[in-house]
Amino acid sequence: MNFHELSRVRADLAFIAHWVRPESQVLDVGCGDGVMLDFLQAEKRCRGYGIEIDDDRIPACIERGVAVIQQDIETGLAMFSDNAFDMVLCLSALQMVKNVEGILQDIARVGREAIVSFPNFAYWPHRVALMRGRMPVSKSLPYQWYDTPNLRCATIKDFAELADEVGLEVLDCIALQDGKPVSFLPNWRGSLAVFRLRKKAAA
Amino acid sequence: MKSLGIVAPHSMHFKAPLQLQSGAALADYTLMYETYGTLNADRSNAVLICHALNASHHVAGAYVDEKTGKKQFGWWDNMVGPGKPVDTDRFFVIGVNNLGSCFGSTGPMHINPATGKPYGADFPVVTVEDWVHAQARLADALGIEQFAAVMGGSLGGMQALSWSMLYPQRLRHCVVIASTPKLSAQNIAFNDVARQAILSDPDFHGGHFYEYGVVPKNGLRVARMVGHITYLSDDDMAEKFGRDLRNGAYQFGFGVDFEIESYLRYQGDKFSEYFDANTYLLITKALDYFDPAKEFGGDLAAALSNTQAQFLLASFSTDWRFSPERSREIVQALIANRRRVTYAEIDAPHGHDAFLLEDPRYMNVVRAYYDRIAREFGPAVCRTSAGGAEEHREGVTA
Repeated sequence: MNFHELSRVRADLAFIAHWVRPESQVLDVGCGDGVMLDFLQAEKRCRGYGIEIDDDRIPACIERGVAVIQQDIETGLAMFSDNAFDMVLCLSALQMVKNVEGILQDIARVGREAIVSFPNFAYWPHRVALMRGRMPVSKSLPYQWYDTPNLRCATIKDFAELADEVGLEVLDCIALQDGKPVSFLPNWRGSLAVFRLRKKAAA
Repeated sequence: MKSLGIVAPHSMHFKAPLQLQSGAALADYTLMYETYGTLNADRSNAVLICHALNASHHVAGAYVDEKTGKKQFGWWDNMVGPGKPVDTDRFFVIGVNNLGSCFGSTGPMHINPATGKPYGADFPVVTVEDWVHAQARLADALGIEQFAAVMGGSLGGMQALSWSMLYPQRLRHCVVIASTPKLSAQNIAFNDVARQAILSDPDFHGGHFYEYGVVPKNGLRVARMVGHITYLSDDDMAEKFGRDLRNGAYQFGFGVDFEIESYLRYQGDKFSEYFDANTYLLITKALDYFDPAKEFGGDLAAALSNTQAQFLLASFSTDWRFSPERSREIVQALIANRRRVTYAEIDAPHGHDAFLLEDPRYMNVVRAYYDRIAREFGPAVCRTSAGGAEEHREGVTA
């Protein structure tokens, strides 16, 4: 997987990959079919593991040479020791978990830095949908209210608060639209929120 | 799907004594094995398959019974063969029968050179590690310096894991299915009930029953019944048998009332026809003794610290004999050593036996993993017949 291929299949991941330093030890929480780790291994000489629960995605990870651990991300992080990773990725997965706070604490425990992305609920078409009295359905939230796997709806402002509470310092916060950063009114115009976080020094 | 067709076993005799973990030694011994596929020119495509409790070197393909013409397929014929997850069009696969077994490799039914009589109960207790050392000698003799993979399920998985620790340079991949780093007290308890059934059978004669012309069938039968319960899940048994009655009504006696009784007795009877009582004792002991972390103060990560292979582990959600938790312990210990490890936890209803069955999710995981291994030696080499490979192919006709 090279940068061009990654940009084509997942523009958001291609943007986020810039933030991962070469040769990092990486944990990808909710790694899906493993494209991100495949890219980081091939192009940035990173090493690490992916955690993924979905049976259908495990063979794809294996074929890409991604060391995938089939576990629920709410329990799977327990298999990793403190500070085992330079970088923990949790990309478009956090909105599907029950215990968001617990996972973030675990991410802060196993990693030095983290990148977390999730659909921005404050994206303007979502706001418009709500003003019309309907739950938003969009490219980034493509489900009806009754069948969505997305248990948690958050905005860029909401997340920053929680990150701080679990001991993560926000280094960067970007809103992406179609894989490109939005600088003007990001909490309105970006459909994907991306946070670059660092574990705070122990008090 | 194609099968390998008719296959035949080979045997190899080893004259050098084998020192065993117990302190005893085997002066010389024979191993039965089968091979499938072709060893490539640089001898990089060999896969060793290790068997579990009651299986053998007959992994794939079929034997034909001369009298009945009936085919007896290998125990992992759904996994190993042309176009199967472990694809014999690409890999050179070896199945080997372990010492102490009753399928041809040196075991309790063979003559003890010290006494001129069958070993019987005097056959030394062998361990998983002893088996692995014996298998390594077979690999030497076949000219295989390094396996592409060593693979096994259950007790076979213990052997694969043991390979990664005893011969770290001799395997690139270690595939451990439905296994455990050690038996629990409950596992040992079940094994001991099975052993007691055999040991207390009057026909056992202290393990020297061959001399009396009898077989402790009742003991073997009960041993198998107990074992079989641990291979199935509660759900699976409920689904297959429930409380179904054999004859539609209670018989108010101690014969067969329920279908599950009939099934277990049938399995027990069948097993007692072909399996050896001393072998059953030996193999359950090998299971009980396996605990590679023991000499590291119980630290499995320390035990695995010298491994070099990449790992694939798989477990099944309803396996209560060697539960997913046991596999996760191995995975976690490998992660602690930063080994490349892939782990599939398959939500399957069939208990421990699932590792022998054909769940597509399980098959897809193994297939994807072997596809990945095959890419390491490239597509061009594997069709090339090796100089010395022909001798191993005799008896294997597609």
